[in-house]
Amino acid sequence: MVRGEIKTEIPKPVGESKPRIDAREKATGAAVFADDIQFGNALLFARILRSPHPHALIKSIDTSKAEALPGVKAVVTGDDFPGYIGLYLLDRHIFCRDRVRYVGDPVAGVAAINERIAEDALELIEVEYEVLEPVVDAEYGASPESTLIHPDLAGYKAANFILPQPGTNLSNYFKIRKGDADSAWEKCAAIVENKYHIPHIQHVPIEPHVAVAQVDEIGKVTLWGSSQSPFAQRNLIAQALGISQSDMRVIAPYVGGGFGSKAGVSMESLAVAIASKVKGRPVKLLLTREEEFFTAFVRQGLIAYFKMGCDEDGNLLAMENRFYWDAGAYTEYGVNITRASGYSSSGPYEVPNVKTDSYCVYTNHPVGGPMRGFGMPEMHAGLEQCIDELSLQIGMDPVEFRRLNCVKDNSILVTGSKMHPTGLSQCLEKTAEAIGWGQKDPPSAPNKRRGKGLALMWKAPAMPPNAGSSAWVELTEDGRVAVGVGGQDLGQGAFTVVAQMAAAGLGVPYEWVKVSTPVDTRYSPYEWQTVASRLTWSMGNAVVNAAKDARWQILEMTAEAWEEEPENLDILNGMVVSYISEREIPLKDIVIYGLPKPDDQGWIGGPVIGRGKFMPNYVTGLDPETGQGERAVVHYTTGAQAVELEVDLDTGQIEVIRGAAAFDVGRAINPDLVKAQIEGGFIQGMSSALFESLQLKDGFVQNPSFVDYRIATSSDIPEGIQSIIVEVPQDDGPWGARGVGEHSMVPTVPAIANAIYDAVGVRFDGPPFTAEKVYLAMLEAGIVK
Amino acid sequence: MGFHRINLNINGELEQVDVSGNMTLLEMLRESLAFTGTKNGCAAGECGACTVMMNGEPVNSCLVLAVECDGAEIITVEGLAQDAQLDAVQSAIIDAGGVQCGFCTPGILISSRALIDRNPNPSEDEIKTALVGNLCRCTGYGRIVESVKEAAKL
Repeated sequence: MVRGEIKTEIPKPVGESKPRIDAREKATGAAVFADDIQFGNALLFARILRSPHPHALIKSIDTSKAEALPGVKAVVTGDDFPGYIGLYLLDRHIFCRDRVRYVGDPVAGVAAINERIAEDALELIEVEYEVLEPVVDAEYGASPESTLIHPDLAGYKAANFILPQPGTNLSNYFKIRKGDADSAWEKCAAIVENKYHIPHIQHVPIEPHVAVAQVDEIGKVTLWGSSQSPFAQRNLIAQALGISQSDMRVIAPYVGGGFGSKAGVSMESLAVAIASKVKGRPVKLLLTREEEFFTAFVRQGLIAYFKMGCDEDGNLLAMENRFYWDAGAYTEYGVNITRASGYSSSGPYEVPNVKTDSYCVYTNHPVGGPMRGFGMPEMHAGLEQCIDELSLQIGMDPVEFRRLNCVKDNSILVTGSKMHPTGLSQCLEKTAEAIGWGQKDPPSAPNKRRGKGLALMWKAPAMPPNAGSSAWVELTEDGRVAVGVGGQDLGQGAFTVVAQMAAAGLGVPYEWVKVSTPVDTRYSPYEWQTVASRLTWSMGNAVVNAAKDARWQILEMTAEAWEEEPENLDILNGMVVSYISEREIPLKDIVIYGLPKPDDQGWIGGPVIGRGKFMPNYVTGLDPETGQGERAVVHYTTGAQAVELEVDLDTGQIEVIRGAAAFDVGRAINPDLVKAQIEGGFIQGMSSALFESLQLKDGFVQNPSFVDYRIATSSDIPEGIQSIIVEVPQDDGPWGARGVGEHSMVPTVPAIANAIYDAVGVRFDGPPFTAEKVYLAMLEAGIVK
Repeated sequence: MGFHRINLNINGELEQVDVSGNMTLLEMLRESLAFTGTKNGCAAGECGACTVMMNGEPVNSCLVLAVECDGAEIITVEGLAQDAQLDAVQSAIIDAGGVQCGFCTPGILISSRALIDRNPNPSEDEIKTALVGNLCRCTGYGRIVESVKEAAKL
């Protein structure tokens, strides 16, 4: 037996829909979010002076009048903080130093005794700019004619899998050269070629970004924030300020929605920088909703060219893709979206010949960062429409075409890697069945047209090859369990799943397990970041390992005291039992104080603390010229989604009537939480399909409010969403589990686009499919007069 | 800026607070009285996270001045449960899995309670309409709407 191995194959409560561990405190107002923490009279308030230009040089800054304003405690500028900051590419200063690159770029910061004085102080700061030509089109930005936004790109430090192109606006360039796409076209019986423009959208978590920082007399930093990435923030902010990571503490209470916008480092470094000038006093920076729209991460815009072809039997032969990511002013995080979309650029299909060029382009737009799906919703939006068009052109049903071409076990993927066992085909069949594929229902009114659409998806966690997780498990005097983790609950239910896994791994009831929150880098174990749908899998493995470690310690000490072998003991329902002697003892009697030796002279054991870690060790590099390699990613979660909708011929309005979706999650630790992700992602995807676009004009955000940037409300939701769980286990997942948090919004836009085509026969170059756009397209196509 | 002394009832307790003329009800709740269950999502009356009941009606507390609350009866999310007994809307939203990040939850619960108080048997459309001003980015609303239906039965 392996140390601590559990005797039951799928121990309870794995696979049970346990109630959320955090639901009651969130439903009573007791749950603490970062802005709820009380700091008393010492608290100072920060405000940020931001660039009014999309692109300009800073000629001079005069802060003297602001500093003289009573109540102002500090004014800082880029001169005070020379370090660079960034996750994959260090291309950003905390405050701008010589150049501003988007409207909202931080130029100076003020701390004052209240927000009003801080705002007044901003007005007294005098900045002289030399305005430069902004780059507002990614394709133009990628051309040799474009103005350079980062002339110093050659000097920026980058992760070794990121390939900046000095002397251009390309901060990353990823290529796939699989087979020979160029000579495959002549063998194709059908070819589809399309261009799509996917607009910028925003995460809009309902909780705005907030950070409170305090720097003590000897320079130690404490940061409280709404954060998906307390450890990454510890690391990157410490590096930028030139302090030890051990002198930087990040405390991360509940997050009121993240979706990627609170990953990595963004506004948190501003609060820390300002606080460093007012030693001892906490400084709070709370973004206004308008600032959220101008300055928080956005999902990058995308201009995507697809060409794909198949033979007369419908076998996909070739793809040629070009992606211009409109990545914004800084791409420290966004560079990896370019890579992720490149190594997944075939979509979930086996294609022998693929040529992809994926460009990360600096523009003078808001900073593009990670957002739910990390490039996959944007890429699939076009790709899955082309698949539909190609199947119709060759005369095949789109489901049949996907059945034929989708990746299966051992398929050779776009990077040359081999596909692990996957339930994608099952997802396709179940989704098609759930939506009633092939049946055409009559519309609900004469002025409406009804249609169905379907799309597949895949997504791998996009992260460094060695992103790690760790966990500990402790027991208290009453035998209850405390689990330490560094991952965050953003609403996806991570803490609930942690408790279920620890309970299963140790052998105690779910209700006995508490997760030690808030995450605090001083006491919590390391976790890379809460991103990429990686927690259930990666942090889950660490938790299970920690639980097994604690379990083994308990079994060993009990066996020694009972003069038995630990392999013959077990922990069941909080009780250590022997299958041989049939002795039993409750955990509470032994986990702190140990057990008397068999002769009663002395003691065995002592406080139990289990530790566990997980880090994948098998991901290889990819050839920079071909994008080919042994194993590009840890795994792919795959799935399918379908919708049925109606188009109103009089108004162009789309009503999504129902949806169905299936995802292969390997093993659902908590099926109800999986379904909640499938439903929530569907609606967020639907919202991006029908309503959302961050409108940018000459670099300025035109719609920075919830009135002008509309997201789905309760009145927009379909009658029902059927969520289906497929379980083809992942070899290195806890009980086979892999992630699903992001995946549920990846196929929604193309599924809706394909359904609109099915209903009225029109297509668009990109979302949102607003009533106005749909109506005008129907008018142009002669469908309405 | 002058201060005003106001008396009001919050969650069944009488409070006396000195407020400035431009302080909002939301600021008074969160900053003067530390009723932090009520959330600030936009401070512009657009997201509904700050919804509280004022004299039985749901209001965006970011749009109400504190001075207007002199003599008012306010119920926040902290006032829904009585002696640790959850209100029906609270237990229903937990059971339905309608809580994810939890930031919109307090406002949703207040809007739901206000709806059921004035319409004990709301239809699905009436529930959706009552919640249209409460934005939620996580759940997709379906479970929340279901929970209000269930709560109305209790």
